[in-house]
Amino acid sequence: MSFMKELTKGLIKENPTFVIVLGMCPTLATSTSVNNAIGMGMAATFVLVCSNIMISLIKNVTPDKIRIPVYVVVIAAFVSIVDMMMAAYVPDLHKSLGLFIPLIVVNCIILGRAEAYANKNNVLNSLADGIGMGAGFTLALTVVATFREILGNGTWAGLRIMPQTYDPMLMALLAPGAFITLGTLMATINLLKEKK
Amino acid sequence: MGVLGQIFVMAIGAIFIQNFVLARFLGLCPYLGVSKRLDSAFGMGMAVIFVMTMASAITFLIYKYLLVRFDIVYLSTLAFILTIAALVQFVEMVILKNAPALYKALGVYLPLITTNCAVLGVAILNITPLADGSSYNFLFATLNGFLSGVGFTFVMLAMAGIRERLALVDMPKSMHGFASGMILAGIMALAFYGFMGLKI
Repeated sequence: MSFMKELTKGLIKENPTFVIVLGMCPTLATSTSVNNAIGMGMAATFVLVCSNIMISLIKNVTPDKIRIPVYVVVIAAFVSIVDMMMAAYVPDLHKSLGLFIPLIVVNCIILGRAEAYANKNNVLNSLADGIGMGAGFTLALTVVATFREILGNGTWAGLRIMPQTYDPMLMALLAPGAFITLGTLMATINLLKEKK
Repeated sequence: MGVLGQIFVMAIGAIFIQNFVLARFLGLCPYLGVSKRLDSAFGMGMAVIFVMTMASAITFLIYKYLLVRFDIVYLSTLAFILTIAALVQFVEMVILKNAPALYKALGVYLPLITTNCAVLGVAILNITPLADGSSYNFLFATLNGFLSGVGFTFVMLAMAGIRERLALVDMPKSMHGFASGMILAGIMALAFYGFMGLKI
């Protein structure tokens, strides 16, 4: 498969959130605003790319039986790096994402790609796969966050979209809003797929 | 307030007010994945309660007596996930030996408890200072793990009960599976928001 194809498949065709349905917890928890969504997406993408490269590099020397613990250690190491970097350079974002940065370790997308892809493919393709899947995750988060932020706050990435008189629907920012938004989006995507 | 009173407040908080699944968004994969049948939801819930309680106790001790003592707190994510992975492996072996039927019903979700963010989440929350600056002691950290697990099991059983009946409903095809599960979870979360105003 060509490099470009690996790069773009994660965006729509194999979107990790909407199509493969992995990594639900961060999708729901950090999509309260577009800024948070992009920050979370970037952090996860960084870990995904680094761990994909690393796992692809060591795939021949890793004994098959203990591969999962090895992956988890590799991923946890990169997550610790991201955690400390974000605490140092973007403390506000770090604070608002909070618990969900260390929890990137248990994001099924990352372990899933390690097991299903990086384990079997060369470094270059794994890099492309990591970037593509990361971008797909970021895109999905941003789409969910767009709906929630506009409905719940009347803004998009901090810019005012709705008129001043708009009465924000606070529920969209709270937990129930997250579930219902994602559920509705998934039903819409299923409907579009059926029509095709 | 005595210790018992504090435990009561903690139980109400962990199960109803700050429920792990519906208010904190932790542990959604098993919540949506294993809640199709009541009996497997129950088995999964019990496994999660056990792992969360044990993980809370062990990670708290590791944090306090290894990581803080040797000033390597930055390794906590790594240390916690390794502890949890080993613990889940152990639980898996015990269930396989003693209850093969349950092992089969839980399927892929049993090893996946390792990547259940509720377990790592509770381990990290236990060492995070509370709003008033104090932090949990060993007893309360372990209890927090146990009660959060109970909260998780409680909503998962409720969800499984609803879904068993929902399976008989004639829904549009696009709403099947995760889509209806999500919206259902949303409605449940809305109901749980009623507990938010609870002041004890």
